[in-house]
Amino acid sequence: MTQFNRRQFALLLGGTTAAIAMPSYLRAQQKPRVVVIGGGAGGTTAARYIAKDSKGEIEVTLIDAAEKFTTCFFSNLYLGGYRDFESITHGYDKLESGYGIKKITAYAKSVDKAAKTVTLADGSTVPYDRLVVSPGIDLIFDSIEGYSEEAAEIAPHAWKAGPQTQLLKAKLDAIQDGQQIVMVAPPNPYRCPPGPYERVSMMAHVLKSKGFTNSKIIVLDPKDKFSKQGLFQAGWEKYYPGMVEWYGPDVHGGIKKVDAAAGTVETDLDTFKGELLNIIPKQKAGAIAAEAGLTNDSGFCPIDATSMRSANDPNIFVIGDASIAGAMPKSGFSANSQAKVAAMIIRSELTNSKAFPAKYANTCWSLIETNDGVKVGGQYEPKDGKIEATNNFVSQNGEDEAVRKATYEESEGWYKGITADMFG
Amino acid sequence: MASEPDPVRGQELFKACIRCHEVGEGAKNKVGPHLDGLIGRAAGSLDGFNYSGALKSAGKDGLVWTAETLDQYITKPREFIKGNRMSYLGMAKTEDRADLIGWLETISRAAPSDDVTPDPASTIVGFAESVLALEGDPAFGEYLSGDCVTCHQVSGNADGIPSIIGIPKDYFVRALFEYKNNIRQNEVMKSRVVNLSNEEIAALAAYFETLQPQ
Repeated sequence: MTQFNRRQFALLLGGTTAAIAMPSYLRAQQKPRVVVIGGGAGGTTAARYIAKDSKGEIEVTLIDAAEKFTTCFFSNLYLGGYRDFESITHGYDKLESGYGIKKITAYAKSVDKAAKTVTLADGSTVPYDRLVVSPGIDLIFDSIEGYSEEAAEIAPHAWKAGPQTQLLKAKLDAIQDGQQIVMVAPPNPYRCPPGPYERVSMMAHVLKSKGFTNSKIIVLDPKDKFSKQGLFQAGWEKYYPGMVEWYGPDVHGGIKKVDAAAGTVETDLDTFKGELLNIIPKQKAGAIAAEAGLTNDSGFCPIDATSMRSANDPNIFVIGDASIAGAMPKSGFSANSQAKVAAMIIRSELTNSKAFPAKYANTCWSLIETNDGVKVGGQYEPKDGKIEATNNFVSQNGEDEAVRKATYEESEGWYKGITADMFG
Repeated sequence: MASEPDPVRGQELFKACIRCHEVGEGAKNKVGPHLDGLIGRAAGSLDGFNYSGALKSAGKDGLVWTAETLDQYITKPREFIKGNRMSYLGMAKTEDRADLIGWLETISRAAPSDDVTPDPASTIVGFAESVLALEGDPAFGEYLSGDCVTCHQVSGNADGIPSIIGIPKDYFVRALFEYKNNIRQNEVMKSRVVNLSNEEIAALAAYFETLQPQ
């Protein structure tokens, strides 16, 4: 039987009383805490790698407003009919059950950098020792006159995967032969550089499959060139002759105004009418980034190239589309790669594990038509304060069919790989 | 089957397999198991070969390699045994499979090598030898592997991208060397590998060799 002497008893009592008086996070603190905002390619990877590699030494919390995540990558293949929506939607359950990550399903509203807490929409706070901010992008609706969140219910952007993607798919599937689609492409920098043009390919694939040879897809682009342009344009000519018309600013002279209800896009040259408008506006880092004071004038977040640490706060790391990652494009692959560097540095700071020099990688695959895949990618390292490419590659025009098919199959393999790397 | 299998064509078709499998007198394991004594062997049952969990449990559940089961397997390996780490996508034509299996049935009656341990990749002089001689740091390899596992799944599943889990160090080093030098051609792999130092390649090889397919 245990017997306490008076002193032990007093200590025990005192300890308990003090514990009750303390804020809950101080009372419970034994392990260092990492909080990750954003459950996409960057956030899930950071959370999973920190939890996995610290072997329980770090408490990891993942905050995202959604119960499930639909990947933006491969959402064009859903539009094209190659995949169902279910296959690009993933739950967080394995991260919780297999890695001990705590998932909070709530909107992260603000960050108190001095107190090191994240405030959720309901006012409750989550304390951190290190914070990973991976909120992806927000759309600047009013960057195009006449466009708004409400207008997006008629003229979807579908640049955040989810209901918008389903809306665009429904509208695409309702197009009749002879009707026209008008896409407004986004200005740089934006999420997924080849994305708009893969989307055009997938839309054309759907129209062609139905024999709708009288339909057209007009692309109004604020940029005078775009990612994998030669590959896409050769593909459009080969598979969808006469169906796709791409106009840069030297032709349309500037995108003036969108009228979603009337189905028109006004440019300097002309007013284009479409039964379906797909308007992809200018972008900025997800709202929490500006709210937390992590952005600069560009709307995105400057970071230290060797660690992905915010230039504005030593305890915060910004990864993925929200960050200014030098030569790296805004892609799911980039976010996944940046997350691993941030995870490695955070772990070294909190548990004294070994830190290695940062290395980054990216590859973006795009599908032009069935079994015709192309890719672009590179390897990156910090150099003179910026993330710079150490090498690059891109698919070539005139590659034989077997190469293009293998590239497509590789992209399918990558999807399985990266989603396993994100969600466990 | 309408006509007899053509073993000459079968041997020719086996070229799709020889990067990973040896068969015939003195065969050894490579990245895949040797195929001597294949017919009548339970799946995943060779001692000393690092099979995927999926293949081992298929064998335990009674899968034995016969002309019929091999035919089904080779058609689409990933569908016949889900989660196995053979990277081969499949042989679509019935006639091709019949010729290949017909040849295998004969050749696989030979005896394997006394020691089936894979040969080192030292046939490539210089580079591979010097890298193989290095003692790789698996912890460094684990960090560097972040670049690999975005595509090559840690579970060992191969879904359009080959599995590299638990593969022999020699084979790993040789493969990276071949990507670096355009002997194997894949732009993604070349990009990942071209700047790797010998120490980094050795570290990666040491790390991936320690992993077990799940």
